[in-house]
Amino acid sequence: MISAEIHNDTSALAEFEPASLDHDVLEVAMGPHHPSTHGVFRMDLVLDGETVVKLKPVFGYLHRNHEKIAEQNGYLAAIPYTDRLDYICSMTNNWAYVLTVEKLAGITVPERAEYIRVIVGELTRLFNHVCLAGFLLQDMGALGTPLMYAFREREKILDLFEALSGSRMMCNYLRFGGCRCDFPEGWIARAGEVVSNFSAFLDEFEALLTDNEILQARAQGVGVLPAALAINAGVTGPSLRASGVDYDLRKVDKYGIYARFEFRVPLGKNGDVFDRYMVRILEARESLKILEAALAAIPEGPILDPKTKLRGLRPKAGEAYGRIEAPKGELGFYLISDGGPKPYRFRVRPPSLINLTILEDLCLGHTVADVVVILGSIDIVLGEVDR
Amino acid sequence: MNWLDQIFVTSGHQLVSLAPASLQPAASVLLTIAAIMAVCGGCFALTTIIERKGLGRIQNRRGPNRVGPCGLFQPLADGLKMLTKEDIVPSSADKAAHFLAPIILTVPIWLTFSLLPFGRNMAALNLDSGVLFFFALGSATELAVFMAGWSSQNKYSVLGAMRAIAQMISYEVPLALATVPVLMLAGSLSLVDIVQAQGGYALGFVPRWNVLTPWGLVGFGLFLTAATAESNRSPFDLPEGESELIAGYLTEYSGFKYALFFLGEYLGLFAVSGLGVTLFLGGWRAPLPILEWAPSWFWFGGKFSALIFVFIWARGTLPRLRLDQLLNLAWKFLVPMALINMLAAAIWHLSPQWGGVFTSPPMRWLLTAAMLVFPYVWLGRAVNPRAGAKREYAYAE
Amino acid sequence: MLGSGIIKGFIETGRNFAESYFVPERLTTVQYPEEQLPPHENTRTIPFLVYDASDPAVGLRCTACQICEQECPPGCIRIVKDTTKKPDFVGKMQFQPAVFEIDISVCMGCGICAEVCPFDSIKMDHVFNLCAVERLESMLVRKERLAKSNDYFRSIHPREAREIDAQRGEEKAKAEAKTRAAAAAKASPATNPVCGAAA
Repeated sequence: MISAEIHNDTSALAEFEPASLDHDVLEVAMGPHHPSTHGVFRMDLVLDGETVVKLKPVFGYLHRNHEKIAEQNGYLAAIPYTDRLDYICSMTNNWAYVLTVEKLAGITVPERAEYIRVIVGELTRLFNHVCLAGFLLQDMGALGTPLMYAFREREKILDLFEALSGSRMMCNYLRFGGCRCDFPEGWIARAGEVVSNFSAFLDEFEALLTDNEILQARAQGVGVLPAALAINAGVTGPSLRASGVDYDLRKVDKYGIYARFEFRVPLGKNGDVFDRYMVRILEARESLKILEAALAAIPEGPILDPKTKLRGLRPKAGEAYGRIEAPKGELGFYLISDGGPKPYRFRVRPPSLINLTILEDLCLGHTVADVVVILGSIDIVLGEVDR
Repeated sequence: MNWLDQIFVTSGHQLVSLAPASLQPAASVLLTIAAIMAVCGGCFALTTIIERKGLGRIQNRRGPNRVGPCGLFQPLADGLKMLTKEDIVPSSADKAAHFLAPIILTVPIWLTFSLLPFGRNMAALNLDSGVLFFFALGSATELAVFMAGWSSQNKYSVLGAMRAIAQMISYEVPLALATVPVLMLAGSLSLVDIVQAQGGYALGFVPRWNVLTPWGLVGFGLFLTAATAESNRSPFDLPEGESELIAGYLTEYSGFKYALFFLGEYLGLFAVSGLGVTLFLGGWRAPLPILEWAPSWFWFGGKFSALIFVFIWARGTLPRLRLDQLLNLAWKFLVPMALINMLAAAIWHLSPQWGGVFTSPPMRWLLTAAMLVFPYVWLGRAVNPRAGAKREYAYAE
Repeated sequence: MLGSGIIKGFIETGRNFAESYFVPERLTTVQYPEEQLPPHENTRTIPFLVYDASDPAVGLRCTACQICEQECPPGCIRIVKDTTKKPDFVGKMQFQPAVFEIDISVCMGCGICAEVCPFDSIKMDHVFNLCAVERLESMLVRKERLAKSNDYFRSIHPREAREIDAQRGEEKAKAEAKTRAAAAAKASPATNPVCGAAA
């Protein structure tokens, strides 16, 4: 379903003849040490003058055997390792994994825990999207100013995460059947403050960026992703929605309690870099609505299913695929249990990797400067690509 | 307070008179050179730290503040670092060109400082063709850029150098054209005369600086844009962009030679800022009659610092333009605007003589403003066709 | 109009620059080490062992059950049970660890050991100045360095320590009540139905 058509479409380029006599092409490797490749990532470019004629992404520099380790360590011990997949968004990584295990083992989640999951998940989405805008502008040469503003807001949310789970980034917070611990005193009030100030921050951020002619000149019309290609390649997340495809797992699967919240799904029309940036900013605004509703409506109650076990979970033999709308796309976990305390097979569907497969198609015909910008707009984290 | 205003001139004369009579001309020249080098070198050191702290404050953080009070000795630390780094020259490089390139970059710029009137009677050289000499020296620096790229014998460096040259040559044209109205209306190429021509106050308190006229404002804007591009500063810093693949003409330089390039870039910025202050902001003239008690060099320094601050502000705010967009901007927007600006300046100057309704001041303001605003909007739309259309985003049903 | 977006951007950054001088939110630098942000209660860095009273040899809560060793994801804990037992806070005889080592260069700070410990004995510390120039002497933390008093635990985790102390106080009280009841029952044989007829 996925790869055959794509391969046929790009086969002409795969057979590109590099060194013909009247054509000077440059073969360059960009990375793995490069300030703009978002981690240890290499792109083998073939350039005709300044135009990209072939691009091969090479990754695996950050492979850490996450899946094998999880298969050896057991269900509980895999949770801290999932933090380190998309190391910026640890809460949503945890959520996808515990969702899958709950599906596999038939564990239910109490209502308060579901609200907590929505709150931390949407907070993660907030800072992921503004930080992406910051990184994109950094790659464009804005010398870190939008990035510093985004990080300033992210610090407030990381502070909340540290108060809640003990760690800013590697939260290790969600458990099978709920969450690890309850809110400390005053957390909801502080989170409410952060959320209510965030809208003003987004206004300032957009004033700095959205109408900026230089950003528009560099981002509009660059790296256009047609909707058909996106669907064929399995691209998910804001990149897919920027191409105009209405597919948000929070509306499709309605996992957790998302069905209770009113929020809209922004769609782009052109699928270029600017649309991918704008869709993320609009999604951040929608997340604020969800957060305000969730913080207001969170009920009292237990945060962990009373029947669940912390240690020694042995789900019945079977398999389950659980997925959520992570900030980067559809993050899925596929678990096969053989009835023992360790999963027989633990497989991660990383959205960054799947979204990266169309990088060549997006970059063909553009210059090297645009390659950096397009890579930035796809939003990859190498921890997830390589696992 | 005339003595304070002329304090440098008089103390310079005093020092020179200490030397024997036959050596006095040489002593005077050497003293001037030493003074300019000291002041500009000190400015360079100060600017590096002010830039880092300024960028820091824009980004909600402090800049360097550990070395010395408020980090003011940071340039010393940076200088020491640059000087003690190993000077690596590629084995296949063209040694002579590799060695000479940084020198050819910095020497002409030192020469341009001799033209700037830092205060009343404080221009080291009052050449009749001051502006022409200035632009000639500015163009000489581009040779150094190409020498740097070519001598490194590295295909990336050559490509980077060629891109840098294309940028710098393209922006020389609007830079020169933006200054032509000033020269036309001052009637002289001498920088001292241009400052003289900006004297006096309209309505008793509005200084007659060139920037406070429609053509002067547009000219100043063009001048600033072109100056940013000439100095390879953000948003036109493609040749030095660290996120670009092609590392640029500076790849093969390290140690003191790299420091010289760095110095040359900042000195170029100072030179062109000084020129901007002289041509458009009234040089060493005070902004209000009641403020004329302050020394002239103080006003020059103040305006100069304000311009440097604007450059730092632009660096902290704007992303980088791509090369083709940069060149488009130069040739399709700045050059036509500069030409129309020349026409507007001429009309500004000549329209009171047409008699009738044109003798009233608001009329020539209206005329020149209309002449400048409509082409600006139209050319702007032509160069960035997407800027007009605001994108709408739908939400899923 | 060309340039309007850029002007808006300039206003934003200019405002940030100006406000950084008098609005504390616009200058977020915390100048470490002169200024430090206080840690939250839940902050976790590396584990430590809690001991009651003042003597770790007597009051160490750890019973060498090795649950933390089994559950630790990177496997950085090594425990060797001692051959002798010692009484715990209710007087029951429990094992104790002869060797309890944590390799903090491997430890992720995930806190699973603290979560699964049934005896409230291993908890997460707040220390983070753990740099060392060599690995084995400084990064392999042994029982003596790991053991910290309950007062220290209360100072860094006040709410949790309060709850645990309250719970342990209740259990201790219940255990004492039970021993007193048993002692009272033994001391008055007349009322003891097992002894049969009154003496």
